[in-house]
Amino acid sequence: MSTAETFSPTLAAGPVATAARSARPRKRKTLLAAAPPSLQPLVRFIRWLVPPLLGLIAFVLLWSLVSQVSRGSLPGPVSTWASATELFADPFYQNGPNDQGIGWNILMSLGRVGVGFGLAAVVGIPLGFMIGRFDFLSRMTAPVISLLRPVSPLAWLPIGLLVFKAASPASIWVIFISSIWPMILNTAAGVRAVPQDYLNVARVLRLSEWKVFSVILLPAVLPHMLTGVRLAIGTAWLVIVAAEMLTGGVGLGFWVWDEWNNLNVEHILIAIFVVGLVGLALEQALVWLAKKASFGQGE
Amino acid sequence: MERFVELENVQKHFETKKGRFVALQDINLTIRQGEVVSLIGHSGCGKSTVLNIIAGLLEPSDGIALCNGREIDGPGPERAVVFQNHSLLPWLSCYGNILLAVERVFGAKEGKAQLAARTDAALALVGLSHARDKHPHEISGGMKQRVGIARALAMEPKVLLMDEPFGALDALTRANLQDEMVKIVDATGSTVVMVTHDVDEAVLLSDRIVMMTNGPAATVGEILEVQLPRPRNRLALAGDADYHRYRGAVLDFLYQKHRKEAA
Ligand SMILES: Nc1ncnc2c1ncn2[C@@H]1O[C@H](COP(=O)(O)OP(=O)(O)O)[C@@H](O)[C@H]1O
Ligand SMILES: [Mg+2]
Repeated sequence: MSTAETFSPTLAAGPVATAARSARPRKRKTLLAAAPPSLQPLVRFIRWLVPPLLGLIAFVLLWSLVSQVSRGSLPGPVSTWASATELFADPFYQNGPNDQGIGWNILMSLGRVGVGFGLAAVVGIPLGFMIGRFDFLSRMTAPVISLLRPVSPLAWLPIGLLVFKAASPASIWVIFISSIWPMILNTAAGVRAVPQDYLNVARVLRLSEWKVFSVILLPAVLPHMLTGVRLAIGTAWLVIVAAEMLTGGVGLGFWVWDEWNNLNVEHILIAIFVVGLVGLALEQALVWLAKKASFGQGE
Repeated sequence: MERFVELENVQKHFETKKGRFVALQDINLTIRQGEVVSLIGHSGCGKSTVLNIIAGLLEPSDGIALCNGREIDGPGPERAVVFQNHSLLPWLSCYGNILLAVERVFGAKEGKAQLAARTDAALALVGLSHARDKHPHEISGGMKQRVGIARALAMEPKVLLMDEPFGALDALTRANLQDEMVKIVDATGSTVVMVTHDVDEAVLLSDRIVMMTNGPAATVGEILEVQLPRPRNRLALAGDADYHRYRGAVLDFLYQKHRKEAA
């Protein structure tokens, strides 16, 4: 953050800014300058849109090329799109437990992630706070966490099946165990990183323990905590599809496996896109939340 | 005038990896009520350590630290601290940061309206009413420091402790804030202990300048009484012979008697 008075940046920025502007390629300058001022946001928007759009087009072209070369064993974009419109025309039909609309599958997977993830947050975040605050607890838990954290989440599935004797709680258990580590570790790191200055403010004011927690620790740790939550939701979403493929039932992973058995490759491709899109949406939502909670820290 | 803060034979050491490091030795200092005292000395000599002992954030290893006749036992709102790096909570607005302190000090006795009035008055005192609802990351470094000062003043502390409050600011902003501080100190008659390494700041603001020797085992070298009439004015003092005499005395101490070789 700059401590300078308002006039100095303008003085300093003046010549540099003009130099930068004249160094820009001439073509871009005229493109923007040619448009009337009212259209300039539009021009900027188009310029922003072009590269990702080109990337997507290239991707679709490559896909159809591969599909042509494979002589139809990999469906192309057109047939996949047709299949998708059909599928999403009625996402919530229900023909018995093994034949349900795509909407149900998405909701079931999201629901499991939500429950497993929520439980992990309820256990992991307070635990992270305590580990961060008390060195003894930190050193006590360190060996166990270091040992268990690198284990692939799916290795926990048999334990879940053994204990719960049902597919759905076993998948939830896998989500829980895979998302709890980033929550514990990031929250603990956040608590350790609370600046001593803030704690000194609390000491000088002789704030109560509750005030220290609610006014200082919690907001200071929130950005770290949300990083943990974001990492956790990323893994959780990766893991649910795999877990459901193994356990069956209803859900995106199970659906992928089912369509593989039916050799309906279009649906598998659609599932891949759906998994990708939902993952992207979850990630973006958390990025947005983290930004809201950061209050200019680390800027 | 009454003795207010007393340090008697205070010694402070830190246990480090390389063994015991004695930072302060035989510190004897008495501060009267309503007095403005600055601690000046080279970087690393132990100024912050002295201030933190008075604040109660650090305990003396030996000797006694008294405030108002009682041994200092931990920090407390009657000894408000303006931290070097402002230490505002980034998630609270300027108003919220000050209110947190005001609530803590006066919340038991006063209603919401009175607390709000106190908070607004503190903001007005440092000329920041317009930034009331801004968050710290939205204002300049000088403004942040002013909020930190307002927070401390709003607590109506018996002693105001300031650790290089203007150290991180550019020269112009620093001069402006020093001038404001002179006015506030003149108007409120507060007891102030201020750490600085700025000679002009020390002479302009202080009744007494405590000059510290270089560490390790730093102690009080000399104490200079600054008998310039108040209210003081930077421009009027620029041509004042006494002002320059005081300034010369501090410079002589720092750069002749206790010169610090550049590391
Ligand atoms: N917690 C600590 N542990 C070890 N040494 C410390 C600690 N705090 C301060 N010191 C040392 O004590 C000396 C005085 O520090 P300080 O009071 O911060 O100096 P100043 O504020 O005058 O620059 C320095 O040499 C510093 O390295
Ligand atoms: Mg210091």
